[in-house]
Amino acid sequence: MCQVEEEYSGPLEKTSLPTVSKKCMKCKESTAVLIIRVGDAFCRDCFREYFVHKFRAMLGKNRVIFPGEKVLLAVSGGPASSSMLTQVQEGLSRDAPKKLRFAPGIIYIDEGGACDQNAEEREKTLSQMEAIFRKTGFPYHIVSLEQVFSLPNSVLEPVSCGPERPGSSYKAAVDQYLQQKEVNQRQGQLATEEAQDAVAHLSVQASQVSPEHKQALEKLFSSLKTLTARQDMLQTLRQHLILHTARLNGYSKVMMGDSCTRLAIRLLSNISLGRGASLAVDTGFSDPRYGDVVIVRPMRDYSSKEIAFYNRLFGVRSLFISGLGTKTSDKASIQQLTESFVIKLQADFPSTVSTIYRTSEKLHTACPPQTSGAVAADKCLLCLCAVCNKADAASASHASLISERLSRGELGMEAKIDPASCCPSGTLDPFSCQREGQGCGEGGSCTAGRAPAPADLKSLLCYSCRLTVKDMAAEDTLPPYITSEAEKRWNRAQLKEEVREFLLEDEDEEVG
Amino acid sequence: MPVQCSSCACSRAVLKRPKTGHSLCKGCFFWAFEEETHRTITSARLFDRGETVAIGASGGKDSTVLAYVLKVLNERYDYGLNLLLLSVDEGITGYRDHSLEAVKRNQQQYDLPLKIVSYEELYGWTMDAIVKQVGVKNNCTFCGVFRRQALDRGAVMLNVDKICTGHNADDVAETVLMNVLRGDVARLNRCTAVSTAGGGSDGVVPRCKPLKYAYEKEIVLYAYFKKLHYFSTECVYSPNAYRGHARAFLKDLEAVRPSAIADVIHSGENLSLKEGVKMPVQGTCSRCGYISSQALCKSCVLLEGLNRGLPKLGIGKHHRLHGRILARQPLTPVEEEKMKTLEF
Ligand SMILES: [Zn+2]
Ligand SMILES: [Zn+2]
Ligand SMILES: [Zn+2]
Ligand SMILES: [Zn+2]
Ligand SMILES: [Zn+2]
Repeated sequence: MCQVEEEYSGPLEKTSLPTVSKKCMKCKESTAVLIIRVGDAFCRDCFREYFVHKFRAMLGKNRVIFPGEKVLLAVSGGPASSSMLTQVQEGLSRDAPKKLRFAPGIIYIDEGGACDQNAEEREKTLSQMEAIFRKTGFPYHIVSLEQVFSLPNSVLEPVSCGPERPGSSYKAAVDQYLQQKEVNQRQGQLATEEAQDAVAHLSVQASQVSPEHKQALEKLFSSLKTLTARQDMLQTLRQHLILHTARLNGYSKVMMGDSCTRLAIRLLSNISLGRGASLAVDTGFSDPRYGDVVIVRPMRDYSSKEIAFYNRLFGVRSLFISGLGTKTSDKASIQQLTESFVIKLQADFPSTVSTIYRTSEKLHTACPPQTSGAVAADKCLLCLCAVCNKADAASASHASLISERLSRGELGMEAKIDPASCCPSGTLDPFSCQREGQGCGEGGSCTAGRAPAPADLKSLLCYSCRLTVKDMAAEDTLPPYITSEAEKRWNRAQLKEEVREFLLEDEDEEVG
Repeated sequence: MPVQCSSCACSRAVLKRPKTGHSLCKGCFFWAFEEETHRTITSARLFDRGETVAIGASGGKDSTVLAYVLKVLNERYDYGLNLLLLSVDEGITGYRDHSLEAVKRNQQQYDLPLKIVSYEELYGWTMDAIVKQVGVKNNCTFCGVFRRQALDRGAVMLNVDKICTGHNADDVAETVLMNVLRGDVARLNRCTAVSTAGGGSDGVVPRCKPLKYAYEKEIVLYAYFKKLHYFSTECVYSPNAYRGHARAFLKDLEAVRPSAIADVIHSGENLSLKEGVKMPVQGTCSRCGYISSQALCKSCVLLEGLNRGLPKLGIGKHHRLHGRILARQPLTPVEEEKMKTLEF
């Protein structure tokens, strides 16, 4: 059938060789050294000004970072986060025109243990990263991925985000900050930045990783059967370590160095991974899913090309660190496939990234997380996004479940539709069908009296994280903080089931 | 060693389900495929007893399988529907002849009434005549726009209650990806719907897609084992660039993780737009009464261009000319010149 049902749009914009104008478009005096987009030629100085301005404009526009607030910069060693680090340094320097006024720290997660790096490689990378961090004078935290095996349950416990700070309180915070600064100066105290330097160094060297944890991590990653699942798990564990470190050290904001190219890739790859419901928090400027610690993405207006130009022109060092999948083909995982797809398309059609990126700005979560008193059971155990089990029988997730069960012979041919036996209320099966009389539970499998499986992890996960766990050979290789939190939630839910008939209203569980 | 069917555990498996990876025997695969379609129909309440339902039949695999399965389910579960096949003849020499043959065979085999509506009867133009005027490069615009309304106009003519089309899971997932790639948020929001009420952008008759969750590969397997005859009706003209890229990407995704097709649809179903994002205002065409965001619907503009010998009228965005078209006023010589030149 002809597929051209949608209205046509004009021909795609093809790359054309830019006509190089020799003069900078901004100052119209100096010779241009680079062209960002067709027609936008900049000289070195004007490009620097443009780049620096964009960073501060992004923070200024969004007004989420309060003066004096402790902000953790997540640096991976890659070009974008390294560039972000220099922007913060620049913004805090004394002679900066619109000085940034927060207190930064750095976190680096050493993923070597999951990526087949040998001890030597890891040691070398760490010492290079440390050298970069030390130069900044900011406190820094080097955390190895193996440390997930000593994380406490509390990482996964939801924290209600306090009453939202109204716009006026930003001004109040500024005033307070200025007063405090005056006092400090009068008393000749150290500036906050320097004081914090002394507190710093919670660094853990790779050599200090315990052999048990090292082994446990290897077991966990070899239990994940696909590269797609390994990359997804790595991302999740990384976030947990960053969150924990932030809480432990009183950081209330975390800055991630995601460029707009990176976010466009993530948007498309998350759609392919079934994460549609969380696109807004996964790709937006600020990500409030953790409640007390908010993720911000100040680099989201830069393309990776701009960042590469800046780093080259101004000598920003970044490291190439081999990661998961570095040595595999670009079709080895959903994430890598998407990345190479977007980059190839961008080379042919220069508007690709910005078009996808603009889509992200028009979306919000279908099931927004509750503003206050978020309930544990409503958040995915792994990614902490709102789990939106609409339990709608007319949905892709329900249809997939039906396909699975039909293929396993659980919904027999001879079965008759019996609405009464369909999914007893209170079953924790996230797919349980709530529409009556639609015959979800034909056959015996879904009927009343079914003993719940022992702590079925999947029932506590969002659609996408469930796919990752499905690709896992052994769920018991997960770090203890995850399995024990799962146990806890499961017990709590069972308990609630037992006392259900005595409860007068379906009161939300209190956060605690 | 023969593999046993994972469903009945007694017969020998003959295929590996592309959707779930399970090995199934023929009987269990048929059952699963039909049952899944049945559940899509009942869970979304696609039909009501006593309705006359037109199956958009192109002679291709999707609509052939759809017609067969609907016939089976209508009897098995006593839906009480009057089913009929509805085909569009665009008037492309050599293109439709074979596919219409296939549709006619379906009619006989399944014992369903068939109605063929031609472009000539609906628009006064055959595709062959259109190609003559606009060239091969641009005719997909016409064939897409005209076809969308053709099914609807045919359905109105036959007084049917609903149209169902053979869109499968791959088509829906592809559309989600395509709308992301071209930043079409309004369509992104709508494209996963299993049914649309009448009066939407597709026309006045309500539409639905009972095969929305069926993988294309399984549709082919079903047709193969049921020995259903179909004609591969890839449009003779290439699909547009966005869809081509989206399709290739989806195939790659499926190869990496077979559930990806369902996963993309799940994502699409759970997206929602920020309030305040501008959605195109829906109005109606002041000439033919179809839904249109402009004064004239696309197909009326295309027709006007054809009839005036100014084919380019329908191919760019020329909304400012709508007023004069409606008033049947002539264009200026400069405008005429612009609308004439077309690359062949
Ligand atoms: Zn300049
Ligand atoms: Zn999750
Ligand atoms: Zn069988
Ligand atoms: Zn066509
Ligand atoms: Zn019209």
